[in-house]
Amino acid sequence: MTEVLRAAFVIARRDFSAVIFSKTFILFLLGPLFPVVIGMAFGGLGEKITTDSLRPTIGIAMSGGDVGKMEQAHRILSARMGAENLPRIQHAPKGDPRALLARPDARFIAIVSGTIERPILTGKAGDLAALEGDVSLLASAALAGERLPHVQVEKQIVAASAGAEAQSRLLTGRAAQVLVFLLTMLLAGMVLSNLVEEKTNKVIEILAAAVPIDSVFLGKLIAMLAMSFVGICFWGSGIVAGVKLFAGPDIAPPTPAVGWPAFLLLGGIYFTMAYALLGSLFLGIGAQAATVREVQTLNMPVTMAQMGIFFFATYAVDHMGSATEISAIIFPFSSPFAMIARAAQDAAIWPHILAILWQACWVAVIIRLGVWLFRRHVLKSGHAKGGKLFRRRSAIVR
Amino acid sequence: MIGNAPAPSPTYAVEGHGLVKTFGTFRAVDGVDLAVPAGSIYGILGPNGAGKTTLLRTLLGIIDPDEGRRCLLGDDIPLRQARIIGYLPEERGLYPSMKAYEAIAFMGALRGLPLKVGRERGRAMLAEHGMGGSIDKPIRQLSKGMAQTVQLFGTIVHEPRLIVLDEPFSGLDAINQGKLELLIRDQARRGVTVLFSTHVIAHAERLCERIAIVAGGRIRFEGSVGEARDQLRPKVQLRTRASDGAWRRALPAETLAVDGAWHFDMPDEGIEPLLRALLDGQAGIESLSIERPGLHDAFVSIAGAAAAQQMQEAAGDNVA
Repeated sequence: MTEVLRAAFVIARRDFSAVIFSKTFILFLLGPLFPVVIGMAFGGLGEKITTDSLRPTIGIAMSGGDVGKMEQAHRILSARMGAENLPRIQHAPKGDPRALLARPDARFIAIVSGTIERPILTGKAGDLAALEGDVSLLASAALAGERLPHVQVEKQIVAASAGAEAQSRLLTGRAAQVLVFLLTMLLAGMVLSNLVEEKTNKVIEILAAAVPIDSVFLGKLIAMLAMSFVGICFWGSGIVAGVKLFAGPDIAPPTPAVGWPAFLLLGGIYFTMAYALLGSLFLGIGAQAATVREVQTLNMPVTMAQMGIFFFATYAVDHMGSATEISAIIFPFSSPFAMIARAAQDAAIWPHILAILWQACWVAVIIRLGVWLFRRHVLKSGHAKGGKLFRRRSAIVR
Repeated sequence: MIGNAPAPSPTYAVEGHGLVKTFGTFRAVDGVDLAVPAGSIYGILGPNGAGKTTLLRTLLGIIDPDEGRRCLLGDDIPLRQARIIGYLPEERGLYPSMKAYEAIAFMGALRGLPLKVGRERGRAMLAEHGMGGSIDKPIRQLSKGMAQTVQLFGTIVHEPRLIVLDEPFSGLDAINQGKLELLIRDQARRGVTVLFSTHVIAHAERLCERIAIVAGGRIRFEGSVGEARDQLRPKVQLRTRASDGAWRRALPAETLAVDGAWHFDMPDEGIEPLLRALLDGQAGIESLSIERPGLHDAFVSIAGAAAAQQMQEAAGDNVA
């Protein structure tokens, strides 16, 4: 085992240096900043699009007096509920609402005709279901007119609310889950093509003759993980600086159940485990590929599988303690994502120790499987009739 | 050049017993028994596709045999001895962006040599062999021969007790081939066992104490170069002033007359009875040369016969 680790670190060191000191690594570091810059540049516009343009517009095709009352009611309700929570309304010409909606220049999603006592909503079935309540509220307020009472709410502030805390921890868990997943998806995929270099330039035979193939796999995984952490530190520093600069130093995100220090530590460990689990799988799959083209072909199904795993883990967040969550924790590939969400919501530490050990066992199993497949199908080693997946390689075969 | 004398070794540095390696239905190594004496220079000769590389890979533990047993430096798990073995594969492989001395150090580090020591030795080896200007150059900027030399240095930088070279002379010009021969001799003088494969006979004839001739995945001959040459009878070329006479009855039955000279293999009973008959019959010996066959002739005879036999067997299998 010591020799496997020693050799793994020799290979990791070579791979790490080769990547870190290459010109393309600068692009790798700057890559994630492009969407951030673009996002900031177009953020304001995007918000405007979301709040204004995407709100549905209802045409009011009523008599002049009723239209005025509906507009008055819309103003009052917007002031109390927030305009973004109501559909926009506009005066529409009177006539057949169906003909009005069929016109190519129709700007309305639905038309309200009739009177405020008996409003008639015309539109597609799905839209009617969504707008019925809003239109009813508007018509009721219009009917009440000036008589619509304005009840003042007395406020009592408490230091903590269990419900709010649970909600914020759920959000923290989800955010951490998304972050770990995004980082894993962005970074672990690169491992897929890692052994192609060695196969292309024939170094693989030098390595296979000198060290166990397990060391080659492990070394490559360690190097890519180390490179990922360099990237994460770089991007993380940028994000922290950005938040301090734009959001001010007083920003205080909700505290996860295990506390911030343990949560950050677990975040790092679960990212490592997620990376190692997916990375070792990708390494095993990629090692079977003979060319970069084959690796590229493998990329899409691999990404799809990752998405599936993520959705499974996301679903489990809302069902703490359920069979779904336990399944997501036991299934090795979703386990890190499910567990980081649990860390945000549950203060117990021992499940994390068990989960980390469980995940580490799977990393070892997947690496071993990848090595076995590599020796068997790429190096064409081993007995023609059977496997020696976990047995030590012996020189005697009968 | 480098370091200390190797530690005491077992009688045989490399042993293979009944090794079989099959790819699909093709038996690349077909029941090979091999024993390479420690401290010797040992050559594995064979035509292309004979199974030399597969045999070396099997012996080194890169691939496992389907059947049989192998033992390297007294250990039947070859990788356990990786730190004292050096291997130059047939298909040369280096990372193109690595500097020459770093590549040597990396190969040493794989086999347990500290990187710092590997770098120092790498620089020294390159400088000693007139490649001082290339020490800091990336491999991609070196010529093919220079890159091959770098890889060779990487093979021996950790001072192995066993060096395995697969077709080490291919791709080298005559000068570098000569340098490689010197290097192999130098290593052997230090007690290192050198096992190499080649299909170029001249190198084996000059370097090897023992050889194995491989064809069709089997060892067709194993012994010293002299024993291989002794597989064939010496060639006799005789010129006589008389063109006919009673003495002609003393010539072997398969004698050929080419350009006024008699050509035949040395008879079983030696040359003396024939000489007596020539003198008694007044043939008038103008010239007589006895040429001992070279390793090349022995190789062609042994490997060629084996290849012919293999083809015959294959044909027989197809008919069956």
